[in-house]
Amino acid sequence: MLGRSANGIFWLFRYLERAENTARLIEAGFRMALTRDLRDASDEWRSVVVTLGLQAGYEAKFGPDYNGPQVFNFILRDKNNPGSVLSMAEQARTNARAVRTGITREVWETVNDNWMGLREMLARPVNETRLGDVLDTIRRQATQVRGAMEGTMLRNEIYNFARLGTFLERADNTARILDVKYYVLLPSLSYVGSSLDNVQWENVLRSVAGERAYRWLNAGRMEARGIAEFLICDGRFPRSLSFCYGKLRSNLEQLAREYGSEVGAHSILRDADMRLHSQTIDTIFEQGLHQFIGDFLATNTRLAQQIQRDYRFIE
Amino acid sequence: MTNSSASSYDEMLDASGAVRPAYDGYSKWLEEQPPGLLRRKGIEAEAFFRRTGITFNVYGAEDAEERLIPFDPVPRIITANQWRKLSRGIEQRVRALNAFLHDLYHRQEIVRSGRLPERLLKGNAAYLSQMAGFTPPGGVYTHIVGIDLVRTGEDDFMVLEDNARTPSGVSYMLENRETMMAMFPELFTRVRVREVSDYPRRLARSLAACAPPAFSGTKPTVAVLTPGIYNSAYFEHAFLADQMGADLVEGSDLRVENGRIAMRTTRGWQPVDVIYRRVDDEYLDPLTFNADSVLGVSGIMDVYRAGGVTIANAPGTGISDDKAIYSFMPEIVEFYTGEKPILQNVPTWRCSEPDALKYVLDNLADLVVKEVHGSGGYGMLIGPTSSKKEIAAFEAKLRARPDNYIAQPTLSLSTVPIFTKAGLAPRHVDLRPFVLVSPNGIDITPGGLTRVALKKGSLVVNSSQGGGTKDSWVLDD
Repeated sequence: MLGRSANGIFWLFRYLERAENTARLIEAGFRMALTRDLRDASDEWRSVVVTLGLQAGYEAKFGPDYNGPQVFNFILRDKNNPGSVLSMAEQARTNARAVRTGITREVWETVNDNWMGLREMLARPVNETRLGDVLDTIRRQATQVRGAMEGTMLRNEIYNFARLGTFLERADNTARILDVKYYVLLPSLSYVGSSLDNVQWENVLRSVAGERAYRWLNAGRMEARGIAEFLICDGRFPRSLSFCYGKLRSNLEQLAREYGSEVGAHSILRDADMRLHSQTIDTIFEQGLHQFIGDFLATNTRLAQQIQRDYRFIE
Repeated sequence: MTNSSASSYDEMLDASGAVRPAYDGYSKWLEEQPPGLLRRKGIEAEAFFRRTGITFNVYGAEDAEERLIPFDPVPRIITANQWRKLSRGIEQRVRALNAFLHDLYHRQEIVRSGRLPERLLKGNAAYLSQMAGFTPPGGVYTHIVGIDLVRTGEDDFMVLEDNARTPSGVSYMLENRETMMAMFPELFTRVRVREVSDYPRRLARSLAACAPPAFSGTKPTVAVLTPGIYNSAYFEHAFLADQMGADLVEGSDLRVENGRIAMRTTRGWQPVDVIYRRVDDEYLDPLTFNADSVLGVSGIMDVYRAGGVTIANAPGTGISDDKAIYSFMPEIVEFYTGEKPILQNVPTWRCSEPDALKYVLDNLADLVVKEVHGSGGYGMLIGPTSSKKEIAAFEAKLRARPDNYIAQPTLSLSTVPIFTKAGLAPRHVDLRPFVLVSPNGIDITPGGLTRVALKKGSLVVNSSQGGGTKDSWVLDD
């Protein structure tokens, strides 16, 4: 396939993943803000903006005033914010149009339909009453694209490039949340979860849609170390770093099989994957959670760049 | 707008209001349908088009919005007999066009014989000297042709325009049929209509049959070259590539490698054998033509001339779309086929000729005047619907450069009903059949694209100026 098409597919699925994750972060932030007094709520919104890497753009426009509706409207629908859900849906759709020949009619129509629906839904400012519906729709849309993709796409190179985009983005997202919230999870802070800790922990889980799964696995017991372990090492949870890297490994392996040879990205992944899997949550905490996440994010970025080079995404 | 409908030939109803044979089956079906069906289906169709992304971009439109070409749910129907005659005429004309292009770029017998003035070629930007003495692979110049036909009576089809450059619209032909079949499935069990859906397969086969000398192997690699997603016909480029299983490439995906054109794939540079380009001649090769072009491929013309790649349509075919050349088509057909033309031209005055110019100037208010190099309904004067001021302004342009114009009578184009809020109402139509040419012969898809002027009385069917489209049926015997 064309390198440009591979690039388009890769980014189509990165944008879709990022838009979905962004909606989840808003949801977690919103819930958190509801249970806070005004100042804490504003801290919470600020942390959402920081996690999304949108702080500079936001403050350039509004200064350090982080009131809820202003923040989530900026994140959801600001046309001048390239990281807004609406901008990303548009980017996704533009990429889908450019690789129209690489995706099935079902995938294209779903992406196109979603974009049209989102554009209409976000045409006017979103208030707190409507926010829940909006976030629901975004999540449902993401599910629809996944369904269309699972049900109709050939399992060939195109599919593998799409999945690489999805899981690189997802791993990046989970790691960013950990990066911003790592202090909440540090065991030194409190061994016995106060109710405040409980709320914060749950919030971290909620922002990766993991609260139910975690509670189910741990019989409802909240604990910082367990949460960190769950988000990093638990290969059963589809948003954990370990799960994402397992997927990346199998997608890259399939590419190697289809192409008959490995590329540089394979060895980067092998090293990263080995590092990830040879660690336990204890060794990670010994080394320092923050340090670990920083390294992980850097490797993740390096892997993405190497894939783009190896498969000639750009000239 | 003049209301010429009253005197026009209506394809569905005769002068007494009786249904013509072509519409017999359709009309019976329609009578049995519940009221409101067409309206409901029309709304469904629009939603369907938006979702599938069948849109076109309007150049210079303020909001850069993608627009839909309005689709009318009443089919345009042609009988098997009418089509037989039409396709003979189209075949003859396309055969002549290819022979003509070959001659223009070789010995120019037609000029030597005095039947075509040399001045039409000299200094004509559409005539490419780079093509002189070169024969494209398989001897084919126009792999894809669209012949624009208008009708004025039962058996009176005339050619309004030849589109040998890069005719567009075939995706609408295909999607209109898909839409009709989805909206009215039972209608197709009652009326037997000839299939159009295998056009992409036939196109792929036709292109593959024109592989260049450098090709070796069993299956040539075909790619569609598009200017990109902002081009007005991007949907069609993607659609055709998708349907053919071909790669959809942009200029930046291609480069010259070892005497071939290669595309950048995820496995490295791989040769392309046949390029179905939807990029105009002047943007094709910055080394040869427009140096600023970023849509083309540097050096592709050298590779082409050396037999390393096939370009479809061949560069330089646009010369036959020239409206001054068009006016010579009856002579051209006769010169190369030795036969009388089956399809007539619309009567045309060449303003380059003093007598013709005088006539045109005296009758501007009744004529349609077109630029010889123009297309898409731009830069023309429709006398009967223009104000005195517009006519005067146009007259000045015409007097300054008479060579640049031809004139034609305002034809009373045939009408076909469209669905309006007030029920069925006649509107003027034209027809663009699509023709494939390969060394194996000429292949005409039954029907084509019917464009319809949605405004009452209007004769302008161009989608850029408020025209719509219809599904076009050729009845099966």
